Amino acid sequence: MNELIIKDVSFSYTGGENVIENINLSLKEGELVSILGVSGCGKSTLFNVVSGLRKARTGTITLAGEDITGKPGKISYMLQKDLLLPYRTIEDNVALPLILSGMRKKEARAQVQDGIKRFGLDGVQKKYPSELSGGMRQRAALLRTYMFSSKAALLDEPFSALDTLTKSEMHAWYLKVMDEIKLSTLFITHDIDEAILLSDRICLMTGKPATISEEIIITQPRPRSRDFTLTTEFLQYKKQILEKL
Amino acid sequence: MKRKLRSTTSNLLPVASILALLAIWELVSDTGLVPKFMLPSPVDICAAFISDFPLLWENSWVTLAETFIGLLFGIIIGFVMAMLMDFFTPVRKALYPIVVITQTIPAVAIAPLLVLWFGYEMVPKIILVVFIVFFPVTVSLLDGFESTDRDTINLMRSMGAGKMQIFRYVKFPAALGNFFSSLKIAVSYAVVGAVISEWLGGFCGLGVYMTRVKKSYSFDKMFAVIFLISALSLLLMFGVKLLKKKCMPWENKE
Repeated sequence: MNELIIKDVSFSYTGGENVIENINLSLKEGELVSILGVSGCGKSTLFNVVSGLRKARTGTITLAGEDITGKPGKISYMLQKDLLLPYRTIEDNVALPLILSGMRKKEARAQVQDGIKRFGLDGVQKKYPSELSGGMRQRAALLRTYMFSSKAALLDEPFSALDTLTKSEMHAWYLKVMDEIKLSTLFITHDIDEAILLSDRICLMTGKPATISEEIIITQPRPRSRDFTLTTEFLQYKKQILEKL
Repeated sequence: MKRKLRSTTSNLLPVASILALLAIWELVSDTGLVPKFMLPSPVDICAAFISDFPLLWENSWVTLAETFIGLLFGIIIGFVMAMLMDFFTPVRKALYPIVVITQTIPAVAIAPLLVLWFGYEMVPKIILVVFIVFFPVTVSLLDGFESTDRDTINLMRSMGAGKMQIFRYVKFPAALGNFFSSLKIAVSYAVVGAVISEWLGGFCGLGVYMTRVKKSYSFDKMFAVIFLISALSLLLMFGVKLLKKKCMPWENKE
C-alpha cells in the first residue's frame, strides 16, 4: 500500500517556538487530501518537513512503509510557481527527475512521451517554458512532479497564481487527469471552493502553533463536474468550513 | 510598413553618424586646419593600411594568438575559481578579496615585470591577458551561481538532486547569460591587453609594429593599426554574440 502517514510531526525554526505541532495525517492510495488554512499558518512549513527539506523536531513520516523523515528525494513536491527551468525544453524539464536519478537523456525523453500526451502537452514538448501560457506551464510542472514519483505528491497551491478562468479550466482538467492516474495527493490551498471541488477530505489547519483542528469528508463521488460547485451540498460544505476556520 | 521604415532609419543612424565623423575628419585634414603629418586623413590611413597590409596581417596573427590563448586560460581559471568559491564558502571568503585586489593592480604596471620574468616571447603577453580576463569571468559567474532562485534549488533537492547535479542543471545554465556579458567585455580587454604587453617588449605583434611606426613618425600607419585593433575587437565581440546565440537557444524565443 502506497500510504503516506504523518505521525505527531512538530517543527520549529532553531530556538523558536513550534510553528506546527502534533500533525497527524494519513493519505491513502489515490486519495486527494487538502490542507486548508489562512496564509502563513504553517502549511508550507509542513510540506517542507514532509518532503525532507527541513528536519522535523518530533514525529515520523512514512511512505509505503518506508521511513522518509528528513530524507529528501522520496516524495514529489510542486510549488505555486511552476519553477520550470527556462533553459530546458518542456520535455527535458519533465524528464529532469528521471535524468537526476541517473537515467540517460534519450531514454528519459522516450519515457515521458506518454505523460506528455496524457497531460495535453502534445505539440509543445520541444518548446521552451517562456513560449507557453501559465496554465500549460503548470501542467508541465505537474507532469514533472508525477514523473518524479507516482507514489504521492505534495502540491503547494499549484493553481493559485493563475487567473480565475484559467484556474477553473485547470480544475476541470485536473479532475479528469487525476481520475486517470490516481496519484495520491496532499494539496495545500487557501481557496475553499477549490478544496471542496477537488478533495476527498479536507483538513483544516488552525491555531498557533498550527494543528489540524478538523477533518471534513466530502462524500460527493469523483469525477466531479464543475456544476458541483453550484449545488446546495457544496454550499453546505462551504458554510461548515467557514464556521470552523 | 511604417514600423519597417522606422527600423531601417534607426539601423542607418549609427552608420550615418560614423560616416559624418569621418567626413569632418577628412575635411579638417585636407583643408590643412590640422597639419597632415600630425593628423592624416582617413583616405591616407586607408592607403597606408593597404600598402602595409601584409605586415599588418602577419602581426595580427601573433596578437590574436596571444589573445585567444589568454582568453582560453583566463576563462578556464575564472570558471574553476568561481566554481570552487561557490561550492566552498571558506574558499570564497579567502579568495574573493584577493581576486578584487588583483584588479586594482594596473596591467600596464605589471607588463614590464612580466617581460623581465618571462622574456620577450609570447608567454608574458598571454599571462597578462589571462590576468585581465579571469576577473570579469570569475565575478560574473559567481554572481550568476549565487543569483539562482532558492525555490528552484529546493525543488531540485526535493527531487533528490546532489550538489553537483544542482550545479550542472540549474546554476551553470543560469549563469550563462552573465558569463557571456562578461566575455563580451573580456574579449576587447584581451586584445588591448595583448597589444599593451607587446609595446613593452617583444619581437612581433601589432603592439610591436605600433611602437616601430611611432618611432618613424608614420602617423598614417599608426592610425591604420589603431583601426585594425578596433576592428579586431569588434569582430571578437560579434563572435561572442554568435556564440551566445548558439549556446543559449532559449533566449531567442519569447
